Amino acid sequence: MHTGLLLEMAAEGLGGRIAVGPLESGITFANMLVRAREAAVSLAASPARTLAYIGLNSPAFSIALFASAFANRPFAPLNYRLPDAELRRLLARTAPCLVIVDDDMLVRAAGVDGVTVVARSRWLAAPAALAVGPEPVAADPEDIAVLLFTSGTTAEPKAAVLRHRHLTGYVISTLEFMAAAEDEAALVSVPPYHIAAVSAVLTSAYLGRRVVHLENFAPEDWVRLARRERVTHAMLVPTMLGRVLDVLETSGEQLPFLRHLSYGGGPMPTAAIERAMRFLPAVDFVNGYGLTETSSTIAVLTPEDHRAAQASEDPAIRRRLGSVGRPLPAIELEIRDAEGRSVPAGEPGEVWVRGEQVSGEYLNQNAIRADGWFSTRDYGWLDEGGFLFLGGRLDDVIVRGGENLSPGEIEEVLRAHPDVRDVAVIGLPDDEWGERVAAVVVSRGDRRPEELRRWVRERLRSTKTPEDIIYRDTLPYNETGKLLRRALKLEVAQTAPPARAG
Amino acid sequence: MKITAGSRWKSAVCATEIVIVKAPKEDARLECGGVAMLAVSAERAGAGAPSPERRDGTLLGKRYGDQTAGLEVLCIKAGEGSLSLDGRPLALREARPLPSSD
Repeated sequence: MHTGLLLEMAAEGLGGRIAVGPLESGITFANMLVRAREAAVSLAASPARTLAYIGLNSPAFSIALFASAFANRPFAPLNYRLPDAELRRLLARTAPCLVIVDDDMLVRAAGVDGVTVVARSRWLAAPAALAVGPEPVAADPEDIAVLLFTSGTTAEPKAAVLRHRHLTGYVISTLEFMAAAEDEAALVSVPPYHIAAVSAVLTSAYLGRRVVHLENFAPEDWVRLARRERVTHAMLVPTMLGRVLDVLETSGEQLPFLRHLSYGGGPMPTAAIERAMRFLPAVDFVNGYGLTETSSTIAVLTPEDHRAAQASEDPAIRRRLGSVGRPLPAIELEIRDAEGRSVPAGEPGEVWVRGEQVSGEYLNQNAIRADGWFSTRDYGWLDEGGFLFLGGRLDDVIVRGGENLSPGEIEEVLRAHPDVRDVAVIGLPDDEWGERVAAVVVSRGDRRPEELRRWVRERLRSTKTPEDIIYRDTLPYNETGKLLRRALKLEVAQTAPPARAG
Repeated sequence: MKITAGSRWKSAVCATEIVIVKAPKEDARLECGGVAMLAVSAERAGAGAPSPERRDGTLLGKRYGDQTAGLEVLCIKAGEGSLSLDGRPLALREARPLPSSD
C-alpha cells in the first residue's frame, strides 16, 4: 500500500472531520483527499520526477505529502534554514523536480536547472492549474515515498530513503484506525524536513486526529496556539519542552486541553522530565526514540512507565525515567559489540534494529544488512526489564585507555548538580590515554571544577571523572535541538590548554 | 491466486475493499462473501450477493488475518460480506495501539 491510502481511509471513515487547521476554517479529510488528487494529476503530467518543498509548516505540506503518493513522485522537504548555496545544491539533486516554495522564499529557489518553482499560496489555491493530464498511477509499496536529507555536518548531506511500505508499515503496526476522539488535535512544531513532521501527518490521518501546524517554533507562540486551538496532543524535542515550561512558569498560563505530550529527537535530562511532570501533572508523557532511517519511533517510554518510575523507591526502576523505554512490538532490537555479537542486559554496545518500518537506506547506498538488521550508530544498553538507555552516538563514545565511556551517562550525572545549567562531555586527544574526558559546562553561576569532579567521582567510577572542566556561556545546538558535538569538540580541542586540571 | 503484500482487492459481491498487509506463504483463494475477490482494477461482473454464511460484514480500518497461512489484511472499504481464505473465515485482529509519539 502507499501513504495516500491512509488519507483515502480517513476520507471514507471520517470525511467531515478537520484534517488540518483551525476548527472553524480548516480543511476536512474529504477535502484534503480531493486537493491531493487534483495536485497529483498536475504533478504526474509535469516533467518533475520529485516533489520538493521549501518552507514553513502549513496545510500545503500535508497535501503535498499525499499528492506525491498519488502521483508516485518522491516527496523531498528541504531544510529552508540552510544557506542559499547549500539549499540550491540539494534542490539541484532532486531535479527534475517541482518545488513548492513559501512566497517570501521564492528568490532562493529561482534559476536552478530542471527545477520548476511554484509559490505555496498559488499551489494551495489551485494545485490543478499547473498542468492537466490523465488520472495518475499511485505508488507501489516498493516506491520511494519520502527523501529526507541528513544534516551532513562533515560531508555532503545523504538522502535517507523511506519507501511507502516502511511508512505505512509503521502506521498500521502501531496505531488503531480512527482511534482519535473527535476533540483531539495535535500541535506539530518540528520543521517539515524532520521525520516527526512527516510521520505526524500520516499517523494523524490514520487516527482521525486534527493537525495544527505551528509555522515556526517559538515557545510563546506554541503556548498561545495550544490554548487557542484546544490542542490535546503534541510532540516536542527536549530543548523546546524546556522553553515551553519556562514560558508557563513566567506567565502562569496553563494548558487546560493538553493531555498527551511526547518528546524525542535528542536526550532528555531526567531533571527536565521530572520538572515537566511536576508542572503538568495531568498530562501523559511519552518518550519516543527513533531515527529518520527507521520511519520515526522504534521504542517508547509510555505514560505508565513514566509514573511507575517516578513513584518507585527502587533505583533500578526510578532510573528508567532516563531511558527511552522498550522497543515497539513490531521491532526487534539488540545491543551488539564491535564484532557484531549480541551482548546481555547491562552491557553497553551499539543499538541494532530490524522491522518492517526500518529502511536503513540512502540514495545510492544501502546501509541495511541482507538479513534486515540495521546498525543505528547509537550507543546504548538494555536493563533487566528490556528498557533501553542511550549513551550518545557511537562516534562520540570516548575511548580512554581502552575503556569505552558514554558521554551521555556522565552528562546525566553532571546535569543533576545544582551548579550545572547545561553540559556536554567530549573526548579530547591525550598522549597517555588516547582520549581523556572533558566536560564543557554552562554554569548557573559558581565555577567550581573540583566540586563537579568530586560529584562525578562519588557517583561513577574514577575513570569517568572528567579530567578537564571547561566553562562556556552557551553550547552550540542546531535548530531542532541537536547538540553540535563535533563542532564543539573541534573548537575545544583548538582552544583548551593541553595541561590537565586537578 | 497470487496474493502479494501491498496489493489491493475488492469483493465481487459487496463494497468491501482490502489491502494485503502480510502476504500468505503460498498461493491461496481469497474470498469475500464466499466468492473469490477481484483485483481492485477489475470490473464487478454483476449483481451477486454474499452467501448467507459469509455476510457478517467487514469494518473499515480493521485488520483480519489467518494464522495458518500467515495472511494479514487491512479493510479499506467496509462491506456486507465477510472475508475468508480457502474457505476458512479470517479472524479479526486485536488492536495493540501504542501511545502517540509523533
